This record gives sequence, structure tokens and C-alpha cells, in this order.
Amino acid sequence: MATPMFRFDPVELPPEALKMRAEVREFIKEHEHLMGFSKSEFNRDFSRAMGKRGWIGMTWPKRYGGQERTAFERFVLIEEMLAAGAPLSAHYTGDRQSGPNILRFGTEEQKMFFCPQIAAGDLSFCIGMSEPNSGSDVAGTRTRAVKVDGGYRINGSKLWTSNAHRADYCILFCKMASDGKEETDRHAGATQFLLDLKTPGVEIRPVLNLLGEHHFNEIFLTDVFVPDNRLLGKEGNGWNQLTSELSFERSAPDRFLVLFQMLREMVRMAGPTPDKATAAALGKLIAQLATLRSMSLSIAGMLQDGYDPNNESAVVKDLGTRYEQDIPVVARQLFPTEPELEAIDTYVSMIARSTMNAPRFSIQGGTREILRGIIARGLGLR
Amino acid sequence: MAMRDETRMLLESMNRLFEDKSTKQVIDRAETGVFADDLWRAVAETGVPLAALPESAGGADAEWSDLFAVLRVAGRFSAPIPLAETMLAGWVGASAGLELSDGPMTVGPVRGGDQLSVARDGNGWVLSGKASRVPYASHVAKTILIADGPDGEMAVALEGTGGAEVTLGKNIANEARDTLAFTRVRLDADAVGPLGQGVSRGALYRRGALARATMMSGALERAMDLAVGYAQERVQFGRPISKFQAVQQNLAVLAGQTAAAVAAANLGIQALGKVDAERELFLIGVAKTRVGEAATLACEIAHQVHGAIGFTKEYALQLSTRRLWSWREEFGSDPEWAARVGSYACANGADGLWEMLTAAQTAIA
Repeated sequence: MATPMFRFDPVELPPEALKMRAEVREFIKEHEHLMGFSKSEFNRDFSRAMGKRGWIGMTWPKRYGGQERTAFERFVLIEEMLAAGAPLSAHYTGDRQSGPNILRFGTEEQKMFFCPQIAAGDLSFCIGMSEPNSGSDVAGTRTRAVKVDGGYRINGSKLWTSNAHRADYCILFCKMASDGKEETDRHAGATQFLLDLKTPGVEIRPVLNLLGEHHFNEIFLTDVFVPDNRLLGKEGNGWNQLTSELSFERSAPDRFLVLFQMLREMVRMAGPTPDKATAAALGKLIAQLATLRSMSLSIAGMLQDGYDPNNESAVVKDLGTRYEQDIPVVARQLFPTEPELEAIDTYVSMIARSTMNAPRFSIQGGTREILRGIIARGLGLR
Repeated sequence: MAMRDETRMLLESMNRLFEDKSTKQVIDRAETGVFADDLWRAVAETGVPLAALPESAGGADAEWSDLFAVLRVAGRFSAPIPLAETMLAGWVGASAGLELSDGPMTVGPVRGGDQLSVARDGNGWVLSGKASRVPYASHVAKTILIADGPDGEMAVALEGTGGAEVTLGKNIANEARDTLAFTRVRLDADAVGPLGQGVSRGALYRRGALARATMMSGALERAMDLAVGYAQERVQFGRPISKFQAVQQNLAVLAGQTAAAVAAANLGIQALGKVDAERELFLIGVAKTRVGEAATLACEIAHQVHGAIGFTKEYALQLSTRRLWSWREEFGSDPEWAARVGSYACANGADGLWEMLTAAQTAIA
């Protein structure tokens, strides 16, 4: 056949991953009071407890605080934590993308400084990518860095930065100032920095989301000085680095397990012997979930083999967000109720929360349209 | 799990065979009701139809996973022959020690509501009841049926359709789906035997559903291949329509659904022979449900991308889409299987949902 087909080879979970599952379930039981529903909870104590178990950066080299465990063990850890609603926010960005990005492009000093702290659950990262006028069009970033003695001076702003108000560092995406010259290559000059959020000139303001919660922030950067040793990778190589980072971001199973507890509540409401229509509606969702899990597991297999699952990750995220957005839609058809966020009834508050959260699933980490563009490129259409 | 070299070689050679022999001309002719003898003979010569049988029964002890992978290739090329049916007939018949045929065979009942029974009658047996919409029944050398007998389910072998009253029928891909009615049809003693371990009417239904899901995953690959290729050739408004974002986004969805269908079918295939009947039902249910959903969405997009040409008899897309629309209903539709999946999950309970999912998928690895 002429058309490139995306590969999702069936994968076997090795014995050590099964052992991992039992350990994680035990850990979750011990921390049951901290498990919640889709709240993106930020809890440093929980992150440190995971760090103590060696469960942050667990695939990284031991030299940099890792455990040199397999991608399969990490897959099992993450999926168990997500299904249980564990509060991962304080370390998840660092574990999933900032740490791997530093390991791939950072200097020896950076790897030694940042990675062990991330792995311990002591250092929290956020993603300084989007801007007021640069959302999906990341290359249109207006934040500019100028080389000065001993480092860089940076001016601009970032928007939609989740957890910036609680994180320690940000991987900042910006461009080198072009000295007034016309830019011909839109990716030229793109550069990433490891920005300490306590640096003078960094101002962080909250942006409440539609649930009235504070996760987003706007970051203003006014003559912020970043020393030479906090340049990540090379000046001008930022676009390649970012592409690699986003591939890490999209390859995780968190694109279809955020609402798992809602699905579980729907099964509870259906009871042990549902009518055929109810069983079919739930069965369709469960079939989607089982398939997504299998596809995501084969992505873990590709990561383990050192293959870059860029296209496959986009496919799973696109399918996964569709599935998650369908959950509250199916729920309201099967079990109608008037949603209320603070309701005592678990299901009523879950449907409120999931209905209001649903729009973000197909926006964060690459919009549905951007992902489909990536898939189309993978098909050779662009 | 890396594919074994033997499997890869088998699939490559079967792909070449179907590409050469299951051409549009051959399929068009088969759809008029003439059996595709040449194609069948070429496939039979490879030994694939009965390869799962033990060597003692004329087979090659082949892995079912390899044979299902061949069914995906057959589905890709819309092969108008009862390959899945012959594989399943061999499996049921051999388990009961019945004499098989080298020619095409079929198997039944393929639908849940049918009643078939055999009873002792002197030295032999009598068969009564109905098996509806049996694939290719009017074309086969042998029909293997599962009927209720005095000591539980029994396998029955008929030359051709035996003494059945045959009502011809076909699906919308013009594949024969013939209804066989038996009114106290007399059978020799050796035409009936007890089913072997693991073989039952339920197990046949599950494997039939998985066979259709697998063939559908191949047909989806073909529909996607045609749509992507056509979009790159067809020029409108001065450029290939593949350059329009609206078309690209649709093709991306088609690719995602196709990938999901292949992955879902693989889940069912991995389950074969590795888990108990209930879990097999769950995982094959996942496969038939997810592939059926993908087929509905993908057919719509593949046709939309093609415009009017895809709606013609002349153009090949309809060979795949008419099969997808047929096969998604056979051995249980996706909504019927979804209800089984949902019922299984609900009976298992909300608090055990995650454990059930992970355990089912781990057990097949």
C-alpha cells in the first residue's frame, strides 16, 4: 500500500511492570485520602513521597537521579495514578517533559542540578510556551532575548501557564532578537531557557478558568536576566527542542484517563444488570478506553525502543480527547441530572466538573486541529 | 511484540497473492454469483485455510494469531471467498473428528436466534431446525454445523448443504448468505460427533465476530489508502484537494479510526486461547464494538473525500465500503457487542472496573 500506516504493534507488559502495578496499588491505598477527581491537584508532599519511592524520572539514568527503569514500568505507574485521581501536578510536568528535555539537550551541569531535584519531587516545572498572540502558532512568539554580558536579557509575556504560581522553574520558549532584520525562517532564532521564576522582573498574575479555579497564569517578563548557564540547548535550536518536548507531552496516557472515575461512577449508577441500551452506551465507551490503552501501551513500546512516536502520539491524543469529551455527553443521556459543582452527590458534582472541563481536553497540549495537521503531515499530505 | 519472521513472510506472500488474484474483475464476477474458483484454489494451495489443524488432521499447527493476520489481508483485498468460514469449519469439525474437505467449507449457526438439533435415529442421526444466513452455503463442498444433541452440543458435517431446504440470500456486498432449513434430515453415524475441548456454539460466535472485525480492519486500511491516494491526485480549484485543510482534517480522522480498528482487532486476536470464555467474550466484544464504530465513521469520510466517483460501481472504493457495511452487522453488530461489553463490566461492578480492564489486557500479553 502506498499510504503510510501508523504503527501500533501489540505490546507485552514485562514481569517487572506487573510487579510495579501491585506496588503502586498498595501506595495508592496508603494515600487514599489524597485521591480526587480531575482536579489537577498540586501537592508537594505527595510528590516527595513518590520521589522517595523513585517514581519520578524513573526511566532516567541513575547518575541524574533516575532509576533506569523501563518505559513500561513508567506507563503502569502513570496509568494507575491517573485512574485513581492522584495529585500529580507538582511533579508531572518535570517528570513528563522538562526533565527529559533537559536530559536530551542540557549541559552536564544542568542535568546534575535539575534532574535529581525533579526526581526527588523538590523542583516543580511549568511550560512557558503560549502567549497572548501566539497560541497554536507557537513560532509566532514575541518574547525576545538579547545577549548581554554573562547571560541574556528577556522581555515579553507568557499566557495560559498552568501552575506558574506554584512552580519553581519554567522552560521558556522565546526568540533571539533579530536586530531589526527581516525574519525569513519563522523558526529562526527560537531558543529555550531554564527560567527561575523567582528572578527579578518576573511577575505572575492569575487567570481564573471557567470553573473559577486558579490554574492558569500570565507571566510578564521585564528585563529579566538569565545567566549563560541557564540557556537550554543551543541558541536558535528552540524549535527542534520544543517539537521533541511536545512529543513527550503527548505520548502519556493522561489524554484519556482524566475522567476514568466518572466512567466508574456511571457503571455504578447502571447497577449490576443494566438494560441493553445502557449497557451498550457504557460498552462503547469501555471499548474505546480499552483500545486507547492498548495503543498507548504500544507507544510506550516505541519509547522503550528509542523510536519517536510523534504521529502515533497525535493519533492517540486526538482519539483520547474525543472519548473523554463524550463521557459527560453519554452520562447526561443515561442518567440525567442538573449539574452542581459542590453537590454532595458524587455523580452530580462529577458531571458538573467534567462538563465544564471538557472543552480544554482538545485545546491543551495541541488543539484538535493542530494534532490533525500533524497526522495529515504523517500521511504525506502536507 | 516484534512480529516473527515466519509471520512476516506469510503475510507478505499472502498480500502478493491477494493483490494478484483478488482483483476488481474477479470480485465483480464473484458478486454475480459465480464462485471465485481460481482465487480459492490459489489460497487453498498455500495450506492456509486448514493450517490451524494439528498435523495429524492435515494441518500445520499454525498459530491462530497468524491466521487472523491473514484474514486482515483478505479483508484488505475484499477476497470473495469463505476463508474465515473454512478456517472455523475446520476448527469445529476437526475437534469432533469429522471428515473435512479440501474445498471451501462453511460453518453455522452464525446467528444467535437459530435453533438446530440432532437426535439419534437407528444407526444414524436426524437433524432438524434452521441456520440462517450461512455464508457461502450454496457454494461450499462441506457445511459444518453445531446442533443441540442428546449429550450437549454436537458437530455435524454435511456434504454441500446436505438435505437442507436452501433459501438463497446475500449481503449488500453480494456475498452469499443462504438460509438452511432442516426437517428431520437423516445423517450417517459418522456425520455427527461431540465437540472438542474449548469448542462450542458460543466460541464459534466469538471467533466469527473476531474474524469479521479483523477483515474489517483490513478493509478500512484499503478504504483509507484509496482516500489518501485519491485526494493527492484529484485537482480542484487549481490544486490537489489534499492541500485543503478541511480535507486533511477529515483524512486525519480516517487514519485515526483505521489505526484504532487495527489495534482493537489485535486485542481480540491476542485473547484467543489465552483467557477464559468470559474474558474472551469481553475482549472480542471490545474488538467488534470498536471496529464497528470505526467502520461507520471511516466509510462516511472515505466517500466524502472521493465525491461522486466513489459512489460509482466502476470505482473500487465501494468494494470495501459495502463489505464494511455488511460485516459490521454479521456475528453481532457493534451495538449488540457493546451491550455485552457493558453488561460484563457492570456485572463486575464499578469498584472493580479498573482492575478488570487491566487484568483482561494483561492476561493476553
